[in-house]
Amino acid sequence: MIRDTGVLLRHYLRQVFKQKYGLVITAAQPLFFLVLFGPLFTRIGSWEVLVPGLIIQLGLMSAGMAGFGIVVDKRFGVLDRLRATRTSRLALLLGRVLSNAAVLLVQATALIAVGYALGLRAPVVGVLLGLAMVIVLGISLASLSYAAALSVPKSLFPSLASTVVVPLMLLSGAFLPMSMAPDWLYALSRANPFTYSVDAMRELFAGHFLTPTVAVGVAVTAAFTAVSLLVGTRIFGRANA
Amino acid sequence: MTFKGGVEAVRGISLDVAPGEIVGFLGPNGAGKSTTMRMLATLLRPTSGTATVAGHDLLSDPSGVRRGIGYVGQGTSVAPFTPIGEELVLQAQLAARLGLDEARARVRELMALLDLEGLEHRIGASLSGGQQRRVDLAFGLLHKPSLLILDEPSTGLDPASRAALWEHVKGLGITVLLSTHYLEEADALCDRLYLIDKGVVTASGTPAELKAGRTLDEFYLEATR
Repeated sequence: MIRDTGVLLRHYLRQVFKQKYGLVITAAQPLFFLVLFGPLFTRIGSWEVLVPGLIIQLGLMSAGMAGFGIVVDKRFGVLDRLRATRTSRLALLLGRVLSNAAVLLVQATALIAVGYALGLRAPVVGVLLGLAMVIVLGISLASLSYAAALSVPKSLFPSLASTVVVPLMLLSGAFLPMSMAPDWLYALSRANPFTYSVDAMRELFAGHFLTPTVAVGVAVTAAFTAVSLLVGTRIFGRANA
Repeated sequence: MTFKGGVEAVRGISLDVAPGEIVGFLGPNGAGKSTTMRMLATLLRPTSGTATVAGHDLLSDPSGVRRGIGYVGQGTSVAPFTPIGEELVLQAQLAARLGLDEARARVRELMALLDLEGLEHRIGASLSGGQQRRVDLAFGLLHKPSLLILDEPSTGLDPASRAALWEHVKGLGITVLLSTHYLEEADALCDRLYLIDKGVVTASGTPAELKAGRTLDEFYLEATR
């Protein structure tokens, strides 16, 4: 399984990095927020609060939309061709999601580098731990995106994905900390697993490593990823997927 | 095989294919041919029944089945925007568990066999229908399966491309289970035929037995009336 995952990962990464413009365009929106919204935001907050939020936004826009790729593969029979080989369903899924996570890692690193140029001063250890969370988040988001793309009619997936992404992004507190929200909105945000990821990443970027917020964020992100992979693998192996 | 919503696509089909035989499925659209082939290729799980495919139990050892079969589905499975050489090498690495160099060598060998030489850098969408179907055939053959399942491989091809495809299939010398709407091809190519209609086998035998003094077209029209 590990060998097949590696073969698929190399194949998909080669495809992705051939399309350099696609990589840049996906990362452009959070970069716009960083450059055009960051200077405004830092009048009330800090770069260490904003950048983790923008990384979550990037994750939702990048790995969260990964399902588009499988819609094409399903339509053209590529998915069935691969499923008819001895390759395990988990490897078929992992090869894809790891490539999505790797792309997200590159994009998030670029975002952080621009953030540093603008005034971000997060400790290196915090940034590295934050990037580790980004990889895990990328795996989870891409798995769910593939599961959704294989579960709904292909014409519905683009609008469904973009509709789901917006409330997840807003409720995560990506743009403003949810501690500023009214009670009902704050309560709603607690049902969003990405809220805990953002909170933990903000703590890490602030240089606070061993805090309950980080522990809860890591636990929620890891649990959410395990569930996402399970769901993704089941749907990948489903008879009519 | 019963789908969600109670649609019964295949009901009690019983068939056997001996090693080295070319066996054809005939039948109208929606008869259950593709569903049967997808079940045998482990892409659909039957709701009841048993089968042994390429020496492996379909339900308890689907991975073994996948090792022994090559599956070419209805419609092309060529990725539209990737060079076919890359896709074939990937498929060889996965289906045949070959290392990169061995996979490249196997792809070169099959591309030569199927008249695809020089096309490895072309993306799928730029190939003709006949070329795409020959690439599909290559996908199914990379791991040297003992059984090749071909679901309407010649549909939509011009007569010359169809003839070339069947020539390649005939020359393989392996067990083939295929479906087709072209009765003259089934007559010329297949050792035995199964006629499937409304999810059941309604007739089976050699082309000569089924025709019994008629043309295969006449037999088919009578049998599916």
